[in-house]
Amino acid sequence: MNTTAFQRIYTKISQVTKATCTLHAQGVGYEEMATINGRLAQVVKIQGDLITLQVFSGTEGIPTNAEVIFLGHAPQLVVSDELGGRFFNAYGFPIDGGPEIDGKTVEIGGPSVNPVRRKQPSELIATGIAGIDLNNTLVTGQKIPFFADPDQPFNQVMAMVALRAKADKIILGGMGITNDDYLFFKNVFQNAGALDRIISFVNTTEDPPVERLLVPDMALTAAEYFAVEKNQNVLVLLTDMTLYADALSIVSNRMDQIPSKDSMPGSLYSDLAKLYEKAVQFPAGGSITIIAVTTLSGGDITHAIPDNTGYITEGQLFLRKDSDIGKVIIDPFRSLSRLKQLVIGKKTREDHPQVMNAAIRLFADAANAKTKLENGFDLTDYDERTLKFAKEYSDKLLAIDVNIEIDEMMDTAWVLFDKYFNEIEVAIKADIVKKYGKFKKIEENVHST
Amino acid sequence: MSTKGKVAGIISNLVIVEVDGPVMQNEICYINLNNVDLMAEVIKIKGTQAYVQVFESTRSLKTGTEVKFTGSMLEATLGPGLLSKNFDGLQHDLDKMDGVFLKKGDYAEPLDFKSAWKFTPLVQPDEEVVAGSWLGEVTENWISHKIMVPFKFVGKFKVKSVVPAGTYKITDNIAILLDTDNKELPVTMIQKWPVKIPIKAYTEKPRPFRLLETGVRVIDSFNPMVEGGTGFIPGPFGTGKTVLQHALSKQAEADLIIVAACGERANEVVEIFTEFPELDDPRTGRKLIERTTIVANTSNMPVAAREASVYTAMTIAEYYRSMGLKILLLADSTSRWAQALREMSNRMEELPGPDAFPMDLPAIISNFYARAGYVFLPNGKTGSVTFIGTVSPAGGNLKEPVTESTKKAARCFYALSQNRADSKRYPAIDAIDSYSKYLEYEEFQNYIKENISDDWVDNIIKAKNIVIRGREAYEQINILGDDGVPIDYHQKFWKSEIIDFVLMQQDAFDKIDSSTPIERQQYMLKKVIDICHKEFSFESFDKVNPFYKQIINYFKQMNYSEFKSEKFTNFEKELENFISSNKN
Repeated sequence: MNTTAFQRIYTKISQVTKATCTLHAQGVGYEEMATINGRLAQVVKIQGDLITLQVFSGTEGIPTNAEVIFLGHAPQLVVSDELGGRFFNAYGFPIDGGPEIDGKTVEIGGPSVNPVRRKQPSELIATGIAGIDLNNTLVTGQKIPFFADPDQPFNQVMAMVALRAKADKIILGGMGITNDDYLFFKNVFQNAGALDRIISFVNTTEDPPVERLLVPDMALTAAEYFAVEKNQNVLVLLTDMTLYADALSIVSNRMDQIPSKDSMPGSLYSDLAKLYEKAVQFPAGGSITIIAVTTLSGGDITHAIPDNTGYITEGQLFLRKDSDIGKVIIDPFRSLSRLKQLVIGKKTREDHPQVMNAAIRLFADAANAKTKLENGFDLTDYDERTLKFAKEYSDKLLAIDVNIEIDEMMDTAWVLFDKYFNEIEVAIKADIVKKYGKFKKIEENVHST
Repeated sequence: MSTKGKVAGIISNLVIVEVDGPVMQNEICYINLNNVDLMAEVIKIKGTQAYVQVFESTRSLKTGTEVKFTGSMLEATLGPGLLSKNFDGLQHDLDKMDGVFLKKGDYAEPLDFKSAWKFTPLVQPDEEVVAGSWLGEVTENWISHKIMVPFKFVGKFKVKSVVPAGTYKITDNIAILLDTDNKELPVTMIQKWPVKIPIKAYTEKPRPFRLLETGVRVIDSFNPMVEGGTGFIPGPFGTGKTVLQHALSKQAEADLIIVAACGERANEVVEIFTEFPELDDPRTGRKLIERTTIVANTSNMPVAAREASVYTAMTIAEYYRSMGLKILLLADSTSRWAQALREMSNRMEELPGPDAFPMDLPAIISNFYARAGYVFLPNGKTGSVTFIGTVSPAGGNLKEPVTESTKKAARCFYALSQNRADSKRYPAIDAIDSYSKYLEYEEFQNYIKENISDDWVDNIIKAKNIVIRGREAYEQINILGDDGVPIDYHQKFWKSEIIDFVLMQQDAFDKIDSSTPIERQQYMLKKVIDICHKEFSFESFDKVNPFYKQIINYFKQMNYSEFKSEKFTNFEKELENFISSNKN
């Protein structure tokens, strides 16, 4: 990094901790960036002329006479159309060997949208995955996380969603993902030939953990550029937000802050909300949609990270392995998209809400039948049929490898209804059944299966 | 001369200012950052250092920056034109701000100072007045907005003159008052009041006793709210807190609704912005937005202003109460407000209480709830502020500090149950775990006897008992198996299910079912209880379930039909016939 005339250089550090350095300096702005022997750092505390800097890559090997240069600005990102198809690190520097980006320099973590200027989200995002499109429909401007255990294939599902969603830009913010997962994303995006609409900001497990604090803001700043200035629909993928929150707790701990629940900083809710609330439908047509991953430990959603996330986001998607079919499915019971009401039956076929509810209710009946079976009770004919239905419903609609159009999802559900049930059992409004139902040969089907 | 200062330290939005003169706790000051004034509030004073919380991001702020103190606390500006507005937590008009993004230091005035109103005087010269006395009125939307003697005026005053009826700007003097020293004090339509101090321009604050109809059966018929009462709704995420609050704001029998969206999702506020201008207010035939004021400080807006937002909303509510109106104040969610307190307490390095919340959290919460109430005004009229807050308990655990502190302060408790939400029994309020202390008030019981019926409170208690007995029976059935218990147990269970399905559950999205007037609630409650007190006989336990399911079905059809319409009475007849088919 070249030094220029206005930069001030200091060489006397008075205190070093694992993540911070403190020194005397004048005229320093809050949240200003600095370099310490070339390492990037940010001002986190000013007391008189005593400045505390958070060193992103850690303070290992920093001497008290290290060269500290204040850069006079908050963390920045250069934005332009050239971002498309590129990979960056947490500081927004290219890591794919390509040239520097030429464009406008903006500070990351900018201001919030005035709530009265927001538009109500109303455009559906199709992913082809029926567990999402049919049961938990996503809408532009929504923010929703996957709640998943670390062993579940959430990154694969995210990559799939990214490629299928009809977004103008897809921005990946990878925090603490393994190098293998980084290469996976890179590969998938490259093979899909969709690289020019994908931008990635990546901090892998090989990078220092505190660096990842910059990643979501980098990704969202790039997203705002395309959504506001180019009126594009931008999909932002953030994985894994649990590791982001862990980094927050590391920093707050080093700053001697009093931890609240689960050793998380007291400001966790505000910190997460500041990121997730960047999801917005702009009046001029652009939008930012956020799909995130929050890994759970042993499925515990009462932990501070998923708990606070649940209060902020508009629903959540749960992955579960269905042992009956040996595939991962989107759990229809625990998953929820709060904004689906804005589009289902309105932007989709009118039978959508009813088909969705009927199928889930029958799936729940199957779960009850299963419990009965496990407890050694006899099953009724209806129970038997729900079990068969559940298996096929799981396989043809809930599994994450499904990739069909929304109308086809509903048609598939109707076929299954017909195959295993009669009209009364399905209990959908008569006029809807008449229009879309496929009940023809009730008797034969029930007996032949 | 006002006090000035210089920035001496910065930790996130906590700024330490070295001052050159006297400062006051909670005084407002402005930090001049590159010619933009950032608003801040003094929250601690130590020698010549004032600790201020900044209502904005402090990015790029430097030590040595100039700070100007205003000499006053955070004040709300009160006057005609507050209705239908969308304010931020500091009462800046969000609609007047330019651009899609909020800009630092962009403070839009809450009122339109150029606006003119048709004023009618309500006093004569020489009349004696006190703070809160009505000097005149203007019509705002559909309400009569009273122009009052400013609340800051202490003691007795005499009216020297008042302007004749006519159109005036809100900044015009509309009256001249004389204090006891014969000093002239001009009064305009605008006044200011510090938000953290309760407005006490009333003569008496009795125990509240008048029922506040909400149209939500599980509230009105089981744990009723009163005018001037307090209540809270805790619930894990996804249990329908916000849907319930929206239902209350749409249906409650109040003159005005003030919604404090405190640290919650922006898209939920957008829903109010989008829907309320379209929805009709059944009382006035006007649009809902005309009786609604929104104070929005969503979760991504500066955290210090989030704390202020609930106070701003309460002050506006108290202002309208002094005009003799019924106000319903809703705050979603008070947990976010408590978290804002925690963040500041933490930055000031105060010793923490439970879960790192400040030690005085219970006191702060109960002081706030105490501002609600039913009051007698100096002129003998009455007004009320009813306050219902939601609480978002961390991890759904009701033993956490915010829920516990609120439980001590609020008189009604509406427990949202995860189990009910999971089985789609909405609204997911558990009527048995919930309570309304007002049911025990003698004043309330008398009011109900006079205005609704003699047996209403009794019926509520009966219904609750049936539900409790049903639950006990259900547990026994689960342990001993369907055929391991007497048939009577199944009946007990299903009778409680009738109450659950017919009275407690309510379809918030159905035009008719979503709001039930009290007369209809009373009718249905009586009907349901009558049936629950009947004895039926069955050959075996598996005959019980279909029989009661059928009863529930008839009742539900009644719920979906216009009250006492032909459809309604037909279903009612079918129900009667069906029941007499089993009676022994």
